[in-house]
Amino acid sequence: MGRQELHVLIGGEAGQGLVTIAMILTKALVRSGYYLVVNQSYQSRIRGGHNTFAIRVSTEEIIAPRQRLDFLVALNQETVDWHRTEIAPDGLILLDERFADADQRCVKAPFKQFAEEKFANVAYLAVLNKLLGLDEQVVFQTLEDYFGAKKPEVTEKNRQIFSAAYEWASGRNLPETVRLAPVAPQEHLMLNGNEAIALGAISAGLKFCAFYPMTPATSISLTLQAAADDLGLVVEQAEDEIAAINMAIGASYAGVPAMVATSGGGFALMVEGVSLAGMTETPILIVVAQRPGPATGLPTRTEQGDLEFILHAGHGEFPRAIFAPTTIEECFHLTRKALILAEKYQSPIFLLTDQFLADSYRAVAPFEIDALDATSVGSSPEEVSLPYQRYALTDSGVSPRLLPGQSTHLVVCDSDEHTSDGHITEDLTVRILMVEKRLRKSAGLRAEVTLPEYQGDNRPEVLFVTWGSSCGAVVEAAAELRLRGHRTAALCFAQVWPLIPDQFLSYLQGADNVVMVEGNATAQFTRMICRETGLDLPHRILRYDGLPMTPEYILGQFQSGGF
Amino acid sequence: MLSESIYGNYETAWCPGCGNFRILAALKKALVESNLTPHEVIFVSGIGQAAKTPHYLNANLFNGLHGRSLPVATGCRLANHQMPVIVETGDGCTYGEGGNHFLAAIRRNINITLLVHNNQVYGLTKGQASPTSDEGFITKAQPHGVYAAAFNPIAVAVALHAGFVARSFAGFEDHLTEMIKQAISHPGFALVDILQPCVSFNKVNTFAWYKNRCYRLPETYDPTDWSAAILKANEWGDQIPLGVISKNSRPPFEAHFDCLGHTPLARQQVDKAKLKAFITHYR
Repeated sequence: MGRQELHVLIGGEAGQGLVTIAMILTKALVRSGYYLVVNQSYQSRIRGGHNTFAIRVSTEEIIAPRQRLDFLVALNQETVDWHRTEIAPDGLILLDERFADADQRCVKAPFKQFAEEKFANVAYLAVLNKLLGLDEQVVFQTLEDYFGAKKPEVTEKNRQIFSAAYEWASGRNLPETVRLAPVAPQEHLMLNGNEAIALGAISAGLKFCAFYPMTPATSISLTLQAAADDLGLVVEQAEDEIAAINMAIGASYAGVPAMVATSGGGFALMVEGVSLAGMTETPILIVVAQRPGPATGLPTRTEQGDLEFILHAGHGEFPRAIFAPTTIEECFHLTRKALILAEKYQSPIFLLTDQFLADSYRAVAPFEIDALDATSVGSSPEEVSLPYQRYALTDSGVSPRLLPGQSTHLVVCDSDEHTSDGHITEDLTVRILMVEKRLRKSAGLRAEVTLPEYQGDNRPEVLFVTWGSSCGAVVEAAAELRLRGHRTAALCFAQVWPLIPDQFLSYLQGADNVVMVEGNATAQFTRMICRETGLDLPHRILRYDGLPMTPEYILGQFQSGGF
Repeated sequence: MLSESIYGNYETAWCPGCGNFRILAALKKALVESNLTPHEVIFVSGIGQAAKTPHYLNANLFNGLHGRSLPVATGCRLANHQMPVIVETGDGCTYGEGGNHFLAAIRRNINITLLVHNNQVYGLTKGQASPTSDEGFITKAQPHGVYAAAFNPIAVAVALHAGFVARSFAGFEDHLTEMIKQAISHPGFALVDILQPCVSFNKVNTFAWYKNRCYRLPETYDPTDWSAAILKANEWGDQIPLGVISKNSRPPFEAHFDCLGHTPLARQQVDKAKLKAFITHYR
């Protein structure tokens, strides 16, 4: 039979090859046809420390990370000490026989017998393979693919270690408590949030990205860089974040869809560029992968603490939209939408994620690439009225955007207040017209808002409201409460600005209790909702310990919160 | 041959007698003599009186933020590497606020022409010290004189092996025209530091002050000799050399990108077949 669901955590020091086996195992699980949610936790150091890679596996689609563990894979003693209390009573611990541990749930293996320290992770993988009951061929093929580029002798060495450890495991009467129920193989992709953002951007026509490395955003740019030679992109590591956003704005002015990706601290430096894009009406996609602040904060942890910063970033008044994908699929599709809207409304558009989503791998159905549109850049020189005016006053607020060098018309953009033809002005009548023109674009952006998603009972006793990466945990917490006999629902926002009360007010008014759930300490999204609706929403479940929202956390707070 | 009139004739916001007028005139002449029509060039500028220069030209123009013109220009050039990109800024903009971008642009050797109107003072904000103000220069903001050592843009650019480093003087219009022309045609990063009197706020470094000190490098001077250039770059005071101080043939930044081979990035589309092939890595 085997288990329908399992939560396995692999822990150890950085440098022990933990991520390697965790990635291979995750990919083998995806190839085998399982669904999963990965939650990576690491420290701001390259060697040592305590790092974990938690894989929640299921035969059915799942969306949230979990806290309680079924299976702990310990590459060092510290992992057992840290996580012992999180393991279910019928759980299992896999560790090296050298580690002192008397827990009844332990399976000890002589990993040293199969390989020297450096390759012990491959031996772990083989024993894991056996304990989970996965197809040995699938796992080994995944291992080989992972090391594909390496020398044949490396592959051969891996094969020997893998076989020896697998044989050892086969010859033992190992417990079958963490065996997975078999599923049919799937052609799913294994993607994390950052990879999905990069692929979504490319599919929508992205051609330029400038970045300054900052955890947890960096892998977006690195994914783009990996694709750059094949797909004809320019990805440049700028001298700082200020340069990054200005380069992207320059590239966009000259005609290519462009983006930057950073985290809160880097975004702080980019803010003057946000305002520049707003004034010059230059399209740009800005991805902010949140981590706990202020300042350097917790560099490798997660939080949803930058929402109000993004909402207000940039001096002066200009329209913007902020997306907050809730799943990996949305990371792909909302990045596409954000890039296309940036061009359509000639505005800075934001995609707000966080470390949890950035690093969270999932099994994702392949995208229908042929069916996807790419953004169309600029207007046609034949269609503009003459003389060409970059900031011509229009009803929609969107002026025809020509690209320099693609016609004889001159394209003049200015960060100063400007006339319709783009030149500096101090004429205050023109100023009023230009402010109003820019703000008229909000109507278009409001008409294209991604609706919040409502799931659950009508007229619920409890309605949980949340946004971004916390949505999975909220949906699962609501479902668990429903199993306990409560009428519950969840309202999940994947776009957090503009907020249009008509789209969700009836949900809030139709619930006995509304509980706001967010990954920050001051209920930033709650304040936004209250401001836009005039409601008072006093019930809040907030998390700001650096860890992602989980169903257990929500239910624990809910029970003790007296809502 | 084109005529300078295609670049227009605009009313400016500059003080009467400002060095910027002569720079604008030399620039128009250099553009015309380089056979460039207005729509074929992109101008990028920052903030300051110098940064207004492209507004007084018929040109494609992106007038951005203080100090940030080089990154914007870098993005423009990568998006469309077939168009000359000219950056027009002042000493505060480029050597102060944008100092890091100045270093990075030189290191990249991106094919941009950087024209710095260097008047050794902040004009638009009414007379504070700039990075190139000489030590001891007295202003309202520096009443005891500037304590910091003056930034030497030529020496820094030469030290970083900039592709093309020249100095000219707004008072020598023909020389300046020639330097701008050479800078535009140089295939890599090209700096022209232009000494420019500020008639309102710099009462020390006047037309006469520069005129009495500036001299043209002799024809025997070899700008490809880096060691000689380092020595020449440090000449400042009674004798100020004008001309191409240093140049080399480092490949421009854009040449490292295969995808920029022929078609500018701005005219390329997503190749869905290639994207599909790339996505198979995630299977």
